[in-house]
Amino acid sequence: MTATPATTRLVGRDVPRVEDAALIRGRGRFVDDIAPPGLLHAAFLRSPHAHAAIARIDAEAARALPGVHAVFTLADLAPYLTDTRLVVALPSPAYRQELHRPVLAQTEVVHVGEAVAVVVAESRHLAEDAAALVEVEYDPLPPVADCVAALEAGAPTAHRDASSNLAAELVLEYGAVDAVFATAPHRFAERLSVHRGGSHSIECRGVVARPDPLEDRLTVWSSTQTPHTAHRLLCDLLGLEERAIRVITPDVGGGFGPKLIFYPEEVVVALAARLLGRPVKWIEDRSEHFVATTQERDQSWDVELATDNEGRILGLRGTLVHDHGAWTARGVNIPQGAVSAMPLAYVVPTFRMAMKVAVTNKVPTTPVRGAGQPQGVFAMERLLDKAARGLGIDRAEIRRRNLVPGERMPYATPLKTRGGMQVVLDSGDYPRCQSMALEGADWAGFPERQRAARAQGRYLGIGIANYVEGTGRGPFEHVSVRIEPSGRIVVATGAAAMGQSTHTMLAQLVAEQLGGDMSRVQVIAGDTAAAPMGIGGSNSRQAVLAGSSAHVAATRVREKVLHVAATMLEAAEGDLEIEGDAVQVKGVPEMKVTLAAVARAVAGTPGFAIPGGRGPGLGASEEVVIDAMAYANGTAVAEVEVDAETGGVTINNLVFAHDCGNALHPRIVDGQLMGGIAHGIGNALFEHMRYDEEAQPTSTTLADYLLVTATEMPPVRILHMHSPTPLNPLGIKGVGEAGVIPVPAAIASAIEDALSPFGVRIAQVPLSPVDLLALIDPQASGSAA
Amino acid sequence: MSDAMHDFTLTVNGQAYAIRVEARRTLADALREDCGLTGTHLGCEHGVCGACTVLMDGQPVRACLLFAVQAEGRAIRTVEGLAEGGALNPLQRAFAENHALQCGYCTPGFLMLGTAILETDPSISDEALVEALSSNLCRCTGYANIARAIRAAADAMSTEGAT
Repeated sequence: MTATPATTRLVGRDVPRVEDAALIRGRGRFVDDIAPPGLLHAAFLRSPHAHAAIARIDAEAARALPGVHAVFTLADLAPYLTDTRLVVALPSPAYRQELHRPVLAQTEVVHVGEAVAVVVAESRHLAEDAAALVEVEYDPLPPVADCVAALEAGAPTAHRDASSNLAAELVLEYGAVDAVFATAPHRFAERLSVHRGGSHSIECRGVVARPDPLEDRLTVWSSTQTPHTAHRLLCDLLGLEERAIRVITPDVGGGFGPKLIFYPEEVVVALAARLLGRPVKWIEDRSEHFVATTQERDQSWDVELATDNEGRILGLRGTLVHDHGAWTARGVNIPQGAVSAMPLAYVVPTFRMAMKVAVTNKVPTTPVRGAGQPQGVFAMERLLDKAARGLGIDRAEIRRRNLVPGERMPYATPLKTRGGMQVVLDSGDYPRCQSMALEGADWAGFPERQRAARAQGRYLGIGIANYVEGTGRGPFEHVSVRIEPSGRIVVATGAAAMGQSTHTMLAQLVAEQLGGDMSRVQVIAGDTAAAPMGIGGSNSRQAVLAGSSAHVAATRVREKVLHVAATMLEAAEGDLEIEGDAVQVKGVPEMKVTLAAVARAVAGTPGFAIPGGRGPGLGASEEVVIDAMAYANGTAVAEVEVDAETGGVTINNLVFAHDCGNALHPRIVDGQLMGGIAHGIGNALFEHMRYDEEAQPTSTTLADYLLVTATEMPPVRILHMHSPTPLNPLGIKGVGEAGVIPVPAAIASAIEDALSPFGVRIAQVPLSPVDLLALIDPQASGSAA
Repeated sequence: MSDAMHDFTLTVNGQAYAIRVEARRTLADALREDCGLTGTHLGCEHGVCGACTVLMDGQPVRACLLFAVQAEGRAIRTVEGLAEGGALNPLQRAFAENHALQCGYCTPGFLMLGTAILETDPSISDEALVEALSSNLCRCTGYANIARAIRAAADAMSTEGAT
């Protein structure tokens, strides 16, 4: 099927979202809204040091405070745990040391914010009061604050017993890259850096755990993107059988990556609830979020591009140092993703990137919206701008000459995914997409605008960046579709909703097949009791994987409904249609049987045959396996004005042309892109998670760490291409991360263009006004950035 | 830390809530935990994100920066009070129709901010609207649809008012 509005009633249309009714009434149910009777509150005591040995923990005064039920250190919890570490690393041969983080720090703390103890009390206030009474004697150790310095000879180690700070190293390469460079007519080198930021969902993390003695079960509500992973880890760590724990993802107030990680607080709160026999809640506050929720993007790149005289790429090589933070909370997937994204839009005949992953005394890094891809695109696009300048070729033209052309699709690249599968660009027309963006932004007319502005002493610039994004990471997502005896349709999935309209997407796809009334469909997402397996939210994957499973399952249920109804109505299947709550003869709506009646007919009566002869029930369960990723693409063009006196940047216009295959819901697609674009603007200009030389975080409020507000948003024009992927039955590609990926690169390109009269070269993001002033006039500011 | 408890009445959405809280209890916590009105959300607890925006005597305020005792004798309005007789009001409808929310966590704050804007300056200029919206943070939408929704609600209300 192709999901186009011409042939569908719901799919591909801007139907009302099923999530909205509760949320706009203030009736959402987020984790902090869950308050079972007898609830106790947890507060974590966190390390104030980036690196220190723990000499002693004395919790007696805290335990003695009225209203305090318990203070737990790792020593108190260890007897009830099968392992005191969170072993969550993705498989890779690249690791050079094991860095499984502890449930609580016991002998050494390795980043500010690492949890050392937990207090459980009658109220959050009391718990925090008591946490202040826990005495921890620390012996400070030398901290490692910078990932490049971390790998230098003689650097202190971020873990005192480690022999080095090298967490992992890996090389991605193909072709005789050095031989190509030896004879290439042109070589362009850059040293680039991208800095650390956070996801900053407006809802922080949180966990509520409730032991239920009647059912002998622990129910855990967590603001997580991966409830099934949390379930498995909780069962493993607490030594409980699967049925003894139920994990539920309630409404989640944004995820953007870090909520896919399993955190120490989740197991500590679950265990505390078991030990105390009372429900326990922990809600992260924003200051904790800055030091305890994973972050991303600190990377340092040394890269070089070889081209022929016409600007055609001959080779690409370099090295990358990636800041891993203090523990392995996910793996080496970010540097891998960054490097893989680098050449993806272009024909790059030879390639080698050597990655070193450095341990630092900072919050662990794991995917944040974009997951390395913004950095890889930034590196590639900076190189292409430099090559265009060096060769005297227009920046868009050099890209056009190198983009993978539409006629070569599917295009098998020599790259491999982290699972060792070949990267095959499945569909799309990248040069055409770039042309759309250029036209939308009036690229051709810009030099005149720039000249006119400069005549008035104003500095306008335009910039461009392309991206290709691997979306829909497999292997599967579970979806079951069942028509109940009431006639209502229940959909259960391992996918987890964190704001990306997952319920609407699934209800749309299922109702499309089963009567067209989304209000009859109830979607249960993120409940381990409702779905036996699941992977959850990451990698722009849920519409692709869960959507495909929902579509196939609903189609199977539809076939069975029509078959049974045909028997009941004594009509031919082909003459029937499902409309609302009934199956009817086409054109004769009074000849019908309700879905409820069909469901009851096949629910089984003792001693009687099931009508239709296709077995009982109206249900289907699917885990459609799609290993290959669907590659989405796009082009961002940004036009900026830079105030050379203040360093302030105004984005006058941003055009985003993209191709995510078919759109299930065009308005939701635009919404996902806009959110990503806003995040990308933040990464380009505002969001900088700062640490001092002692690895102390110095931007730990939203007044210091700036998120984009309404006034910083430029006019954005989104242009669409639809190249359906052959990889899934819906022809769709993921769109949740796309917006963020090319935007920092496009803005950097535009700023460099605006400031070309000053000879400014942009080699980093984010770019604050202070950074830009230093670049505009290094003498005046006293230092070059 | 003070053990002194304060007994007083909070008036929220026209309804009286007799509560007993410590002086340090914020208005946001009192609304959520003592009045059971969990529609008001906390995003930063330091007055930047605006997720906890409620109206106090018609003015948008940060419920995380006020102590509950400061709201005694004032008229507090929260997201739960917007729907009229169970029916969504024009601003709520406009948020849904314009896809002005995704995860919905910041939404109650924006709805209350938008309510104040519509009540004080229904013909607000586009520039002033964007400026006013910059007091709250949203990580999902990129803001354009929120501005569009408030504009649409203003238009709908002026049309209704004219007929």
